[in-house]
Amino acid sequence: MKITAGDMHFQTLNETIRNTPDTEIEIDSCLGQRYIGAGLSGKHIVIKGTPGNALGAYQDGCNIEVHGDAQDATGDTMNDGMITVYGSSGDATGYAMRGGKIFVKGNIGYRAGIHMKAYKEKVPKLIIGGCAGSFLGEYQAGGVIVVLGLLQDGSYPLVGNFCGTGMHGGKMYLRTDTLPANLPIQVKAEDASEKDMDEVRPLLQEFCSKFDFDLQTVLNAHFFVLTPDTANPYKALYTRN
Amino acid sequence: MAINYMVPEYEVVRDPQRCIACRVCERQCANEVHSYDPELNCMRSDETKCVNCHRCVSLCPTHALKIVKNNDTFKLNSNWSMQAITEIYREADTGGMLLSSMGNPNDYPIYWDKMLINASQVTNPSIDPLREPMETRVYLGKKPDHVERNSDGSLQINTPPQLELNVPIMFSAMSYGAISYNAHESLARAATELNTYYNTGEGGLHKDFYQYGPHTIVQVASGRFGVHKDYLNAGAAIEIKMGQGAKPGIGGHLPGTKSVGDVARTRMIPEGSDAISPAPHHDIYSIEDLRQLVYSLKEATAYKKPIIVKIAAVHNVAAIASGIARSGADIIAIDGFRGGTGAAPTRIRDNVGIPIELALASVDRRLREEGIRNNVSIVVGGSIRNSADVVKAIALGADAVYIGTAALIALGCHLCRSCQTGKCNWGIATQRPDLVKRLNPNVGYQRLVNLVNAWQHEIMEMMGGMGINSIEALKGNRLMLRGVGLNEKELEILGIKHAGE
Repeated sequence: MKITAGDMHFQTLNETIRNTPDTEIEIDSCLGQRYIGAGLSGKHIVIKGTPGNALGAYQDGCNIEVHGDAQDATGDTMNDGMITVYGSSGDATGYAMRGGKIFVKGNIGYRAGIHMKAYKEKVPKLIIGGCAGSFLGEYQAGGVIVVLGLLQDGSYPLVGNFCGTGMHGGKMYLRTDTLPANLPIQVKAEDASEKDMDEVRPLLQEFCSKFDFDLQTVLNAHFFVLTPDTANPYKALYTRN
Repeated sequence: MAINYMVPEYEVVRDPQRCIACRVCERQCANEVHSYDPELNCMRSDETKCVNCHRCVSLCPTHALKIVKNNDTFKLNSNWSMQAITEIYREADTGGMLLSSMGNPNDYPIYWDKMLINASQVTNPSIDPLREPMETRVYLGKKPDHVERNSDGSLQINTPPQLELNVPIMFSAMSYGAISYNAHESLARAATELNTYYNTGEGGLHKDFYQYGPHTIVQVASGRFGVHKDYLNAGAAIEIKMGQGAKPGIGGHLPGTKSVGDVARTRMIPEGSDAISPAPHHDIYSIEDLRQLVYSLKEATAYKKPIIVKIAAVHNVAAIASGIARSGADIIAIDGFRGGTGAAPTRIRDNVGIPIELALASVDRRLREEGIRNNVSIVVGGSIRNSADVVKAIALGADAVYIGTAALIALGCHLCRSCQTGKCNWGIATQRPDLVKRLNPNVGYQRLVNLVNAWQHEIMEMMGGMGINSIEALKGNRLMLRGVGLNEKELEILGIKHAGE
């Protein structure tokens, strides 16, 4: 099914997507319609233009491609599936992700990957080709965040301030020689080990082939791995009354 | 060893004439107060560990036990109470913030007890609910502004989704994690039998309880624990938790010790990891942002379910509610400052927020003044203790109430306010399997059904006495209330007259 979104109301657009038996959906001239693919599964949605906030929120196994930029809360609380953004994505991308993958070729806004979760085999992945804003991975409880800085022209740092505040699970890979300033005390930063790189290599391979980056160039750089040193960061904060 | 400054709050009094050293108390106490002395064949107590939950008292076969307030006291001082001094010792010992549970126990005014209900005499005769029909059913959700008809004159049915309740009482949000599997099962089954709703709280929905979905409100909080497509679709309504009466302005935090087994699986975090719900939703900084979350949930569930926004009763609650009523939400839930909790910093619990009675009255008035009262239903909680509180809440403008603490008391809670330890001897606020099994859901659910049925009868009796046979006719009917011992400002905020007027 092909839909020309234009100035169509988001409710009409999303109702059409929800109700069609088609699994292949192409949206042209997308002009900020929100909630595309929210709570859906089993659809392949290709978007040309700019989808609005909460793209693919709570989605459970859709494959969503954005040929353009995405806005805020992309993949909010998604459970499974894939979101590929060929441009940049806004704030709170991947908020509370529970599974699946978000690949962003360009940059990403503030508060990305906040509160990502994981349980056993369900491990969400958020990979960013460019840079990330402040509060990356705040309260991260699980999952993998990778920031590559491939499009860096030096005008922005790889990640902004307050990276990993309250982080208590999961893993962050930063492709850089210099760590973000003022990492919280419970976040441990180490040079990526062989094992760390083995873990992330298949993901990077997938990312590179999707966006035509050269895998060797990506790997030929220094990676830091950030992990929390406790799953109970606030244990000592309280006393019983 | 450092000196322990703490004085036991309670004394375990054991009648040696009655005690048969059967050791039931020892087995029942998860706090390990009681122990057996084999040499003297007698029981001993360490009252420093006693929380006064009354488990041992209730189970002692010879009624040999009593827990009394310890007479031992520091030098009496009206300003520096025993509690004030002890709290300083605790903080000086550890450097930690004081952590408490259940609702604010302090001596603030209880406005429910300063309002009296009307009854008919002579004219407008009262109605006998035992032989005349009496309607306690309510529908929660946005009501249409006007009636629309099709070209043939028939009514257009375009009512937004509603929750139907046989009685205007729902069980408020208590998460799986904060309370046990058996407590959740009791609430779910009772809500189903009573044709009302219980609320998952923010810990997700155990897979065993999806069958009670039509009577379940699923909650979405800042931590988004257990939130996914099937969960959202399982419930009859979705509640966005913005705040909680016991701890307005701060988030939730389930300690790793309670995050075990199915709790971790349901929340989707590794076992033993803290489950942290930050204070704000990281995507909500305005009413417009709230609207976005409301609509993303509506989109994800095809506009089939009402969306509730729950807030704590705080100083500007009326203005906040006015914003929520314009956000697309269908129901506003307001939680008063006496609302319960599984854990909250003492200072927050005891000092932040306002009484639900005043919050309710001012929200209802504000929404009516702005002509948007029908945009939303109002549900209030935060210490509804009995059916008279329910009647008063409805007369002040509520559509329904949430009960949490009252429901737990029906399940056997003795309000020892130690939920945060995870060692609830009554099997309610614990995840220890040996303790959880003490709460039999077959008994628990029946006790909840009994409680709500009793309240429903009482509500009908009070309504009948006022000559009202439909709960809708009581809603916002402030003429049915009079204040006693309230000053003019309080009466003005509550919108009621003083008794005698």
